[in-house]
Amino acid sequence: MLTAENLTLRRGGRSVVEGLTASLAPGGITAIVGPNGAGKSSLLLALAGLLEPAGGAVSLDGTALGAMTARGRAQAIGYLPQSPDIAWDVSVASLVALGRLPWRDRGSAEVEAALAALDLGALRHRPVSRLSGGERARVLLARVLSGCPRWILADEPLAALDLGHRDALVAHLKACAAAGQGVAIVLHDLALAMNHADHVLVLDEGRLVAEGPPAVALAAERITRVWGIDAAWVGEPGRRGLVTGR
Amino acid sequence: MNRAAIVFAALLAVLAVLSLLAGRVWIAPFGDGPQNAALILAELRLPRAVLAVVIGAGLGAGGAAMQGYLRNPLADPGLFGIAPMAALGAVASFWVAPLLPAALAAWSLPVMALTGAALGMGGLALIAGRTTSDGAGGAGGGIALFTLAGLMLASLAGALTALAITLAPNPFALSEIVLWLNGALTDRSWREVGIAAPLTVAGIGVLALAAKSLDALTLGEDAARSLGVDPRRLLGLLVIGIGLTVGAGVAVAGIIGFVGLIVPHLVRPLTDRLPSSLILPSALAGACLVLAADSIVRVLPFVTELRLGIALSLIGAPFFGWLLVRMRRGRL
Repeated sequence: MLTAENLTLRRGGRSVVEGLTASLAPGGITAIVGPNGAGKSSLLLALAGLLEPAGGAVSLDGTALGAMTARGRAQAIGYLPQSPDIAWDVSVASLVALGRLPWRDRGSAEVEAALAALDLGALRHRPVSRLSGGERARVLLARVLSGCPRWILADEPLAALDLGHRDALVAHLKACAAAGQGVAIVLHDLALAMNHADHVLVLDEGRLVAEGPPAVALAAERITRVWGIDAAWVGEPGRRGLVTGR
Repeated sequence: MNRAAIVFAALLAVLAVLSLLAGRVWIAPFGDGPQNAALILAELRLPRAVLAVVIGAGLGAGGAAMQGYLRNPLADPGLFGIAPMAALGAVASFWVAPLLPAALAAWSLPVMALTGAALGMGGLALIAGRTTSDGAGGAGGGIALFTLAGLMLASLAGALTALAITLAPNPFALSEIVLWLNGALTDRSWREVGIAAPLTVAGIGVLALAAKSLDALTLGEDAARSLGVDPRRLLGLLVIGIGLTVGAGVAVAGIIGFVGLIVPHLVRPLTDRLPSSLILPSALAGACLVLAADSIVRVLPFVTELRLGIALSLIGAPFFGWLLVRMRRGRL
C-alpha cells in the first residue's frame, strides 16, 4: 500500500499540495486527475520519493519513503517522467537495461522479459532516435518494467500517443496491475480514467476533492465543478465517452 | 574492456613507440642511432611521452564525464572553472616564487596551480551543491547551478589572470606567463610525471565511480533520482574527479584545451553511447590525441616549437564548429 498522510508539498516557495491523505492499493490502476496546476505531477513525484514533503509523509507498506535508502526506494518504485528527453542515442536494449541500475546487475532475464512484454524484441538494436512516438513510449515503460518495481508511477504516459498505441500501452499497464504491481498514472483524459482505472484521485488547486471508483469520483457534476465545464457521460460502462460544453 | 578501449589501447601502443622515435633527432629502432640515444629516450622523450599520456587520459576521461553530467555533447571540462582557476594559481606563482627559498620556489607553480584547482572545486561544490528545500533543486538545480557557477568562476579566474598579465613584474615574467598559459610538454621531466600521474589516476578512478550514475542521467534528472542516484554524491564525485584530472594537467603543462571536447566524439560511435562505456576509452583516446599532437609539434620544421596548447586549439576550434553544424542538422 502506498500511502500519503496529511501531505503538504511546496515547490518554488509555493504550496502545490495541501493536507492530502490518500491510500493507493496495488493490483489496480489508480488515476490521478485534475485541471492544470492542480498538483498532480508534484503528488506523483512525492509518491515516488522524489519530492520531499513540506508536511506529512509518504509511506510504502508502512515504511516512510524518507526512511528508505535511495536504492531501496528505487528498487520498489519505478517512476516514468512525462516524455523524458533522452540525452544519448542509445539502443533500445541499452535504454531498457538502465532500469536495472538500482539492482546493480545486468538483469539480462528481466531486460528480456520487459522487451518481450512490450513486443520490443525486434527493435532491441535500434537507436532511440529512430523510434516512432509509440515505440518510444513502449521502450520507456519497458525501462521501468525491467527494474521489476512493486509500484509503477507514470506521469501522463499516454500523452501524444495515437489511439492504437494508447490502447496498447493501457493494456500493458493493466497487465502489470493484474500481476499484482501497483500502478498510479497522471491522466488528463478523463474518459481513459473512467474506462480503465480502478481508483481515481481528483485534485483541484492542491487539494484532494474526490477519490473512489471512477463512476463516483468522476461524476458529471464533479467534473462541472472542478473543471468548470458542462459535462455528461455517454455510452456503456467500460466504453464511456465524455461530452463537454460550456 | 569494450571495443573502443581495445581500439584506442592498440593505437596508443603504436603512437607511444612512434613518439619515442620521432623528434628533432630521429632514433631508428634498429641499427645505429645517435650516440646519446639512450639518454634522449630516458630523460627527454620517455617522460614527455608518459606525461602526454597522463594528461591526455585525464582530459579525455574528464570530457566524457563532463558531457555525461551536463547531458551535452559540447561540454568541455576546461570551460567550467577548474582549469581557469588552476591557471590563475599557476600565474600567481610567478609573483610568489621570487619570494620563496629556491627549494620551495621550484614547487610553487604546480602547488599553486593545484591549489587554484582545489579552490575552483570548492567553489563549484559550495555553489552547485546547494539544493532547495522543496526538492525542486535535486539534480536539476545542481546541474544548472554547476554550469552557471563554473562559468562565473571561469570568468573571474580569466579576469584575474588577465590582470596578473597586465601587472607582470617584469618582461621576463610576462613572457613566461604567456608561454606557460599556451600549454606545452617541452622540457618536462619525471618530476612532472610524478606530480600529475598519481592525481590523474586517482581522478579517473573517482570519475569511474560516477559512471553508472551518469548513465542514469541519460533519462533526465528526475528519472535518474528515481533510479537511486544521489545528486549530491554525483556532484561531489564529478567535482573531485574533474578537479584532479584537469588540475593535474594544468599544474604541469598549462592550458591544453579541446581534448575533453573532441575525444568523447571519437569514442562514442564505437560504444553503446552511455557515459559509463566512454570513460576508459576516452582516457585512452585522450592519451592518443595528446601524444600524437605533441609528437607532431616536435617534428614540425619551425624555429621555435609550436606550443601544444595552440596546436590543439587549432585542431579543436574547427572541430567544435563541425560539431555545431552537425547539431544544427540534428545529427548530434
